[in-house]
Amino acid sequence: MDLSLLERKSDYEWWIPPTGEMRVPGVIYADEALIDGMDYKVFEQVCNVATLPGIVKASFAMPDAHWGYGFPIGGVAAFDAEQDGVISAGGVGFDISCGVRCLLTGLDREAIEIHKRQLADRLYATVPAGVGSEGEIHLSDSEMDDMLRGGARWAVEQGWGLPEDLQRIEERGCMAGAQPEEVSDRAKERQRREMGTLGSGNHYLEVQYVDEIFDKHAAEAFGVRPGDAVVSIHCGSRGLGHQIGTEFLKKMAIAGKEYGLRIPDRELACAPINSPVGQSYLGAMRAAINCALANREIITHLARQAFAEVLPEANLVLLYDVSHNTCKVEEHEIDGRPMTLYVHRKGATRAFGPGHPELPESLRAVGQPVLIGGSMGTESYILVGTTEAEQKSLSSSCHGAGRSMSRRQALKQWSGRKLQDQLAERGIIVRSPSTRGVAEEAPGAYKDVRAVVDAADAAGLSRKVARLKPMVCIKG
Amino acid sequence: MESAHWEHFEHDADVGVRGIGATKDEAFEQAALAMTAAITDPAGLNPTETVEIECDAPDDELLLVDWLNALIYEMATRRLLFGRFEVHLNGERLTAQAWGERVDVARHQPAVEVKGATLTCARVEQNSTGQWLAQCVVDV
Repeated sequence: MDLSLLERKSDYEWWIPPTGEMRVPGVIYADEALIDGMDYKVFEQVCNVATLPGIVKASFAMPDAHWGYGFPIGGVAAFDAEQDGVISAGGVGFDISCGVRCLLTGLDREAIEIHKRQLADRLYATVPAGVGSEGEIHLSDSEMDDMLRGGARWAVEQGWGLPEDLQRIEERGCMAGAQPEEVSDRAKERQRREMGTLGSGNHYLEVQYVDEIFDKHAAEAFGVRPGDAVVSIHCGSRGLGHQIGTEFLKKMAIAGKEYGLRIPDRELACAPINSPVGQSYLGAMRAAINCALANREIITHLARQAFAEVLPEANLVLLYDVSHNTCKVEEHEIDGRPMTLYVHRKGATRAFGPGHPELPESLRAVGQPVLIGGSMGTESYILVGTTEAEQKSLSSSCHGAGRSMSRRQALKQWSGRKLQDQLAERGIIVRSPSTRGVAEEAPGAYKDVRAVVDAADAAGLSRKVARLKPMVCIKG
Repeated sequence: MESAHWEHFEHDADVGVRGIGATKDEAFEQAALAMTAAITDPAGLNPTETVEIECDAPDDELLLVDWLNALIYEMATRRLLFGRFEVHLNGERLTAQAWGERVDVARHQPAVEVKGATLTCARVEQNSTGQWLAQCVVDV
């Protein structure tokens, strides 16, 4: 993206003043190098989102923003229902409530190293990953509806996961307002055999160690020490979320016209929040959030089983679980006035600062853990929410590295098997059913997550707490 | 005129699929092959199972997206991969057959699961030489 298109507010904050149909400015948080690497399409998409009815404050792009469908990935936009605001299926994405959770293990790096191979094999055998994989949990129609209403809370009630996990999950593990009756039979059918599965693409389960601490105080509050081993899980709402996204993208593309919405690009398909299609999507999308929360909770249960077999002394305690593809109703102060807003975060993480009432007691003083996944074999980060992010980005931060190279280019450049050998030499064991999948997910095909996290930190969107490096990676 | 074929086009995070053919039907068939190629080599798939597909949409772009999404649904729920397609378009309606086989992870090495077809870069059009093109971005 050409920097001359933007108005520089600081080294990490760049504005697009409203022109034409834009109702609010565009605001991009990134440094010059990151912006230079962004596609021009990100600029276009930030501007397009700024034209949507009811948008409040600004159309935001996080440091890892890249070209998405309709909304940029790394985009944040809030809408006011009272001002004819809209909700957009493309503004949430297909993988509804895709997210990351991080578990402490109570073990250090050395304890894992001794049994690393055995642990990798056990995790790979226990957690279904990849195209066509199936979970062992097959839900009946009524169980499916219970899961869609209950989320991780439902999973815990079934014996998958621990009650104490729930307070460390956004919405305490259960998204209110879910309406299973708004979820189509096809979406439910697609999910029937996919509970507790990782999926494919950039989804993973990793065993990592804490490589460096940046904020001692926050790290202590999170229970994270240098050299500690942790487990990170990145996945979403699987087939159910994908199908809901698919169906509502079409419904909104058709309904938008009927509602007389003027949208600059068809892929921005949206519907008024206060319309039958808007309300139906909200009910279905919230059910998909619960599906994702239940899915990550079940995978956690499976990871605990695998650890118990190989390293019985491990105690997997949930640090936190964040979702980075959502639309949530939140209270924010806009120009000194409290407002209830529908906040879309697509490839962006909610990042509440200290004192936020949503946070559990144990984290309220320090702020919310913000979990950022890197690419396979590189590094991941734990950050903490800041007070200033509320003013800057409606308490939002980045979500990951983002690709710098297409899958096709990556496949030309790397061999999956060789890559696995090279990573093994560096002490990282990769287990995946597909060598082609490994090649397409090559670390070199991703942007530098370090630059993204540094920019989020410098811009004040969240603050760096710890860097994590992988030891074992289970890939779909 | 070039014979029917498919290709991928660049998109930051996802994959652009493009089918080209002498007719719109053929372009839709080739776009589906391009989608399969994002997952596995279509040439490595045996046509042991057949699935019938029907969908309709108010315009060509939505119909293309619907067609690909119908295939994604069949792939996901039946654990199939498709290597051959026959499409018949009639106004707003599409009827088709898709041939393929159950996923064999070791043999097919499926790289990625396609989550859904999007309206991004969605185009169905005839060029000046009379060839048809059908394309969109699929989320992986």
